[in-house]
Amino acid sequence: MNYFPDEVIEHVFHFVNSNKDRNSISLVCKLWYRIERFSRSRVLVGNCYAITPERVIARFPCLKSLFLKGKPHFADFNLVPQDWGGYVYPWIKCLEKNRTNLEELRLKRMIVTDDSLELVAKSFSNFKSLVLVSCEGFTTDGLAAIAANCRFLRELDLQENEIEDHRGQWLNCFSESCTSLVALNFACLKGDINLAALERLVARSPNLKSLRLNRSVPVETLHRILVQAPQLVDIGVGSFVCDPESETFLKLTALLQKRHSIRSLSGFFEMTLYCAPAIYPLFSNLISLNLSYAPAFPGKELIKILQLCGKLQKLWVLDCIGDKGLEIVAYSCKELQELRVFPSDPDGDGNATFVTEEGLVAISSGCPKLNSLLYFCAQMTNAALITVARNCPNFIRFRLCILDPTKPDAATLQPLDEGFGAIVQACKGLRRLSISGHLTDQVFQYIGMHAKNLEMLSVAFAGGSDKGMLHVLNGCEKLNKLEIRDCPYGDGALLNNVRKYETMRSLWMSSCNISMGGCRMLAKSMPRLNVEVINENGDLNRDGDDDQLVDKLFVYRTLAGPRTDAPDFVWTL
Amino acid sequence: MTLLLAVEEGQGGGTRLANSPSADSVSHDCSGIKERNYLGLSECSSVDSCAVSGVSDENKSSLNLKATELRLGLPGSQSPERDLGVCSGKPEERPLFPLLTSKDGLCSLSMQKNLVSGNKRGFTDAINELLDVKNVVYTNGSWIAGNAGVDMKLASRERAAVKEAGPKSSAECSSAVNRSVRNPTKAANNAPAAKAQVIGWPPIRSFRKNTLATTSKDNEEVDGKPGPGSLFVKVSMDGAPYLRKVDLRNYASYPELSSSLEKMFSGFTIGQCGSESIPGKGKLNESKLRDLLLGSEYVLTYEDKDGDWMLVGDVPWEMFIESCKRLKIMKGSEAIGLAPGAAEKPKIKI
Repeated sequence: MNYFPDEVIEHVFHFVNSNKDRNSISLVCKLWYRIERFSRSRVLVGNCYAITPERVIARFPCLKSLFLKGKPHFADFNLVPQDWGGYVYPWIKCLEKNRTNLEELRLKRMIVTDDSLELVAKSFSNFKSLVLVSCEGFTTDGLAAIAANCRFLRELDLQENEIEDHRGQWLNCFSESCTSLVALNFACLKGDINLAALERLVARSPNLKSLRLNRSVPVETLHRILVQAPQLVDIGVGSFVCDPESETFLKLTALLQKRHSIRSLSGFFEMTLYCAPAIYPLFSNLISLNLSYAPAFPGKELIKILQLCGKLQKLWVLDCIGDKGLEIVAYSCKELQELRVFPSDPDGDGNATFVTEEGLVAISSGCPKLNSLLYFCAQMTNAALITVARNCPNFIRFRLCILDPTKPDAATLQPLDEGFGAIVQACKGLRRLSISGHLTDQVFQYIGMHAKNLEMLSVAFAGGSDKGMLHVLNGCEKLNKLEIRDCPYGDGALLNNVRKYETMRSLWMSSCNISMGGCRMLAKSMPRLNVEVINENGDLNRDGDDDQLVDKLFVYRTLAGPRTDAPDFVWTL
Repeated sequence: MTLLLAVEEGQGGGTRLANSPSADSVSHDCSGIKERNYLGLSECSSVDSCAVSGVSDENKSSLNLKATELRLGLPGSQSPERDLGVCSGKPEERPLFPLLTSKDGLCSLSMQKNLVSGNKRGFTDAINELLDVKNVVYTNGSWIAGNAGVDMKLASRERAAVKEAGPKSSAECSSAVNRSVRNPTKAANNAPAAKAQVIGWPPIRSFRKNTLATTSKDNEEVDGKPGPGSLFVKVSMDGAPYLRKVDLRNYASYPELSSSLEKMFSGFTIGQCGSESIPGKGKLNESKLRDLLLGSEYVLTYEDKDGDWMLVGDVPWEMFIESCKRLKIMKGSEAIGLAPGAAEKPKIKI
């Protein structure tokens, strides 16, 4: 290859899109490193504190698209204190300073302020795409700034963010000349929006393919939008409440009968049972269906429509679907690849239905293409997991959450070690695994032995001893992220294989048996790790004894040294 | 640093993975599975174990459970017939856990799941109410088990605490318990008091959790209001530990409502081991069968817009759901003199 001119090599690299591959390419030789870095336009920084923005921009001066992740994953579940960090502003400031031609910004679990959004809006004239997932810290004013200034905006995708809704007219702020929208998702906004502005925006966006509305958008508006935008492929319905006798409903029914292009459906934050038949014609064409925010969608209707979903590949539902409903899915949805079943009653206050191992077994036997699972269930058994492993050896993501976190096999009362062991043994391509239930060191031995492609492991309330954690650290060669809560692992486990942590993105341990001494030792022996002790309750004394127990520990490799924006209760040792 | 590769000998680790039980042994195990009380319910009450073992016996003997179904009947009403399940095949014939891959796309699961689910909270009923799937269903599960769901959570967390070496762990657990104040209004609305919850469990995004909580609160707000949208009304029953809610819009007639209520509340009444409570039905033979099992009388009443308590079943359905604000399953003796004609109606005898 070295006899080719640089342009040829560069052209070849152009076809390499995966960042992993590009990282490998850049290690081959200096020439390739150089060519690759100038040709990389899409950069992923999996931990925003692993490297400084300056270094990223220095290495990849032609970057156009940046994907940043901030807080540790367990922040999604309130395990990370509010002000821990993950601020995007410094990154944007740096990009702006270097006059990067930023076109796409994708952020996950970061703190985004209105100032940051305004800076994005005003600094990058070619800005096209903003995707915010599980972020917080901004208001609809920030959205207004984006709308007003990004004239070529193609995508504004807000997924499950906490956005302070000032009920302003942010939708109005899209200029009349902005006609480039392809995807707009504001389903997570809680407040009202200007419906007329929305309709006008849709009317002047001929390329709009994906539109996800929030709960304040009524059916009448939905109908008008659908009339205006026959090219829509992905729809998030806001509120589906109307009078089945009304003219709107009749017109909508007629319209939907002809919309064969709709492939993806979500939303239904509110729903009138008697209006369900209007959407029946859509289901036979659907590839993706997300009803996980639709608790009002009655189980009866769910069953009816799922029978129609012959092409469905991705299904997100609430557990009120029940095992029976999952049996229907298994029977009807042979193309299913991804299934997520969320708890409709997470606090268990007594009104819930749930799913069990039976539903999962049914799905596994009916849906051979299944490769991605998130399953919140009331119980599980080893036998069921063994069956699932046999039926579906193609799992890439397998996340099982038993609502009672230490529950054993419901039939035999044994730990669930054998079941999960079967999963990791059968699913050679498994990259992400979350386990729960009553578990011992045994399951980790299986994981260490068989899960050679595992990149992310989440463990909660497991039993056993330090050996469990060691099996994983020593056996899982590709381990990238390990997060552990409420397990009995102590300093012995933490310190046994410290070099491992430099090969991983991060380690989270909370409510385990780690001591201050252990953390100090780790920090001392591995200077290129940030060992952050999170003293949320103020129980710890920074200079105190080694044997103080550390409740929350976050360890990650970094080239940036200890971070400068850490709050008082976060100590980088 | 030396790598520590512990091969677990002592606990027979290595061999276990190769050990896949044959179908035979599984079905053998299946029939040998007893109700287990691993959730620590034995201290709850002997009533519970009596109920639970009763369940499993009946399951084992026959799956024609219709005869034993407990009904809440309105005068003259009849529960809809139940056919075999959509999934095809006779439920009785399916093994519990098929270890052979069945590629016919049909589930091979049996109704005998109740064998192992004796300690589930009694939501089988609620599921089937929701789904209205026509199959043979045994209404099991007890409200006491449901109640123990509270204790179960505490018990298992305490177990988790005890398992761990450090003293901090148990302190941590209890402080986590103290720290977790979830949705206080929601807790107030739903019965089990003093419910300990683990922070960050189950692991769903707080955004999702909050959204679902809001949605269900919204549903409560439309209690009793007529019009499109859900019509959730609270259903209480004398002696039941907590309220349930039903969406009246889910039903089109009195029989539908009554059959789902009976499913919801029969669990509780079994738990009382047949002492008082089973809502019964009017005139049918089925109900007479049940009448034999249980010994008390219940009527379904509702509070209307004016605040009066009326017997359910007098007015046309549409009118009923317009005016019904809440439902209550009362003892027959208390219902005397409720609505005009209540005295003449045959008591719902059980």
